[in-house]
Amino acid sequence: MINGVLAQETAWPSVSPEGGTLWLPPEASSAASYTDDVFYFIYWVSLFFFVLINALMVYFVIRYRRRTADQRAVSGATHNTRLEIVWSAVPLVLVVAMFYMGFRGYMDLVNPPSEALEIHVLAQKWSWNFTYPNGHDDSELHVPVDHNIRLTLTSNDVIHSLSIPAFRVRCDAVPGRYTHLWFRPTRIGEYLALCSEYCGTTHSDMIARVYVQDPAEYAKWLADVSDPFREHSFADVGRMLVARRCSSCHSIDGRANVGPTFKSLFGREVKLADGTTVTADENYIRESLIYPGRQIVAGYSPVMPTFRGQLKDREITAIIEYFKELAE
Amino acid sequence: MSVIDPTVPTALPSSAEDAASDNYLTRPSGLRSWLFTVDHKRIGVMYLVSILTAFLLGGIFAILLRTELLGPQKTVIEADTYNQFFTLHGAIMIFLVIIPSIPATLGNFVLPIMLGAKDLAFPRLNLLSYYLYLGGALLALLAIVLGGVDTGWTFYPPYSIEAAPYNGVIVVLAGVFLLGFSSILTGLNFVVTIHKLRPPGMGWFRMPLFLWSLYATSIIQILATPVLGVTVLLLIVERTLKFGIFHPGLGGDPILYQHFFWFYSHPAVYIMILPAMGIVSELVSVFSRKHIFGYPFIAFSSVAIAMFGFFVWGHHMFVSGQSPLVTVLFSLLTYSVSIPSAVKVFNWLATMHGGSISLKTPMLYALGFVFLFGIGGLTGLFLGALATDVHLHDTYFVVSHFHYVMLGSALIAMLGGMHYWWPKITGRMYSERWGVTAFVLVIIGFNLTFFPQFIMGTHGMPRRYYNYPPEFTFLNQLSTTGSYIMAVSFVLMAAYLLHSLVRGRRAPANPWGGATLEWQCSSPPPTYNFETPPPVRDPYDFRNIEYDPASGGYRRIVPVPATVSKG
Repeated sequence: MINGVLAQETAWPSVSPEGGTLWLPPEASSAASYTDDVFYFIYWVSLFFFVLINALMVYFVIRYRRRTADQRAVSGATHNTRLEIVWSAVPLVLVVAMFYMGFRGYMDLVNPPSEALEIHVLAQKWSWNFTYPNGHDDSELHVPVDHNIRLTLTSNDVIHSLSIPAFRVRCDAVPGRYTHLWFRPTRIGEYLALCSEYCGTTHSDMIARVYVQDPAEYAKWLADVSDPFREHSFADVGRMLVARRCSSCHSIDGRANVGPTFKSLFGREVKLADGTTVTADENYIRESLIYPGRQIVAGYSPVMPTFRGQLKDREITAIIEYFKELAE
Repeated sequence: MSVIDPTVPTALPSSAEDAASDNYLTRPSGLRSWLFTVDHKRIGVMYLVSILTAFLLGGIFAILLRTELLGPQKTVIEADTYNQFFTLHGAIMIFLVIIPSIPATLGNFVLPIMLGAKDLAFPRLNLLSYYLYLGGALLALLAIVLGGVDTGWTFYPPYSIEAAPYNGVIVVLAGVFLLGFSSILTGLNFVVTIHKLRPPGMGWFRMPLFLWSLYATSIIQILATPVLGVTVLLLIVERTLKFGIFHPGLGGDPILYQHFFWFYSHPAVYIMILPAMGIVSELVSVFSRKHIFGYPFIAFSSVAIAMFGFFVWGHHMFVSGQSPLVTVLFSLLTYSVSIPSAVKVFNWLATMHGGSISLKTPMLYALGFVFLFGIGGLTGLFLGALATDVHLHDTYFVVSHFHYVMLGSALIAMLGGMHYWWPKITGRMYSERWGVTAFVLVIIGFNLTFFPQFIMGTHGMPRRYYNYPPEFTFLNQLSTTGSYIMAVSFVLMAAYLLHSLVRGRRAPANPWGGATLEWQCSSPPPTYNFETPPPVRDPYDFRNIEYDPASGGYRRIVPVPATVSKG
């Protein structure tokens, strides 16, 4: 049973919170309103032609319905070059207009302003990791409202894609190269960032929360979260880290998931895939985080990514302390 | 007043009875005569049976996927199983069903007859194509047994190279490689046949438009499919020998794979849709009893679509990180394909104007095609424009868009063609009442399945999602309900078509009043199609075709001078 973030959070924010329409989610970035203009231009042109074509089709079917099997056509027309040219040229003009509008919006989407807050995004199965300018890593994306944000993306394993529907932005995260996207959030609130390039078992749970905050609030959050040890105990920091980094694959309530549960793990005897048994002590947990492929628990696949370089020593200690608490 | 044209065989009672007992289906007889047949009609029938079987399999996977999506979280299957099922659904439907569907079944059956020929140019090559198809299909099934594939039908690396537990990947790729050869050989056969076996008097512009569309399709099959073959071969080599081609960890480039893959797979969309448009051109004209409007525009638009289709593959990669300049050029080029498609639709409407429109089952499918292709084609405009594509890329909007084009258009036209040529292929008429009922159910079920997916997509629900935010539950349930209705309609269709084989009324030679040559031989056709090459006429001139109440079909007449006919 997959119990990723969606399962654990009852108050998960909606992809399209209030303010959306039948067709589109609310506009929460500077680019959204232009993208929506393009959308509605194409929408109305399409609707016009769709109704025109189908109305004519229905009218002809009724008007020229064959009533007896030997009834013949009333018209012998086989071509009309002028008509052909008109109905080729009119759509041509319209699609060139669509191209141009889409192009203008795209130029805005791919050319970030020179002044932008840069956040690095590392994608890996199946979580997002955002690195803020001060070096803090987090699974949540917090951004100050009305500031230009530039994301530089890459991936640790396979191709992922970061999509934030409320901002109308999307970009693939490709291993071995950097890609970019930028946006300027315009509405304070909670949004979702989803992975939209298929990446394996819990692809659909590779979702991050996006918080658009007042700049002062953002600054406070970043300062607080950057040094959680100042305010919290090891076990509490461990709990936060596990919720953010591990919970899409590991449960804390005993349920099996992609990986084994953390409940009552610490100090227990663990049976490995190679038949041996180890005690889940501090060193076992540390090794599992840094070299996840070395000791595979029996019954599970070797799919866990390494956290080497991503978790500081103090954070690993915090996770171990939290596991001790879970074992009590 | 008129007399029956003595130069063509007509559906006289005696010849109809002959056709019923002595035709390509009955002679020669025995299993061996089918397995080693080089008759294009029998091979067409074998393809039809195989492809419909694959369609059933792909459809079962679709129903399981939709059932899982009735609610967020787990409903019936695990995430890994779901991922395997959507991979198999996609791979089966694309490679085993839609790409070969129309050319290999209906094209195989009617192309030579439409030319008044006895067979394709290379009958043995045709049989080889069939067995390559069968081999590829069996490899794909073998992959399921070997542990499955969960890469998505697009096989994107590095995922497809790393997906270690799924040993089916290499086998499926090998299957795709074989299927590619089957497709290339069929295309080659059609091109040579159309060039060399056209009868005297049939210039390029007296060919039925279905043949123009098959010709354009064949060109794509020959030019694009080898690239797919090379690509899957490179992927197999990389996976087995660890050469660095696409995997960044080995020094390769995953974006290169996407270029290679879509260089084939985008034109492949036109392999699917062009023959469908060809069928619709035939149906609209015959069932309106009126000359097709703008023949050269329709013919050239097929060629234009085939040509432009090669220059638009980059629109699958707008957000992949490819250069913005390339992205802009691909957006512009993408729109070039929309014009010839629009031209065809307008020409079909103009053909209906002033016609004598009969709403038999095949025509309903043609009209259904115009309706569904309208939605499928117009929603493509949102994806061609860059700003909107960035928002809609890889969402359910795309899923819905391509299902409207592939299932809603390509397969709907295939069903139209199947109902149109069913009397010719089997010699039996199906129940018109059940035909109409199934059609109505297909259209309702299809729209209920896929229309809600547009709304999910514009609100950001990504494709290939096992779990989804709870706000999408209602739309997903609508969609699943629609898929069940569609399933019922296909079962119903299978039932009345099979029933017609046993109990159906014997089909006259020309039940719909078509003017193309296949309606001049008996239903079902004799083994060698024609005793003597039939005279070639304008394929859309219905003036000399008259309803014959005795046979329940139509027959060709020779008009006698106007002064006499007044009497």
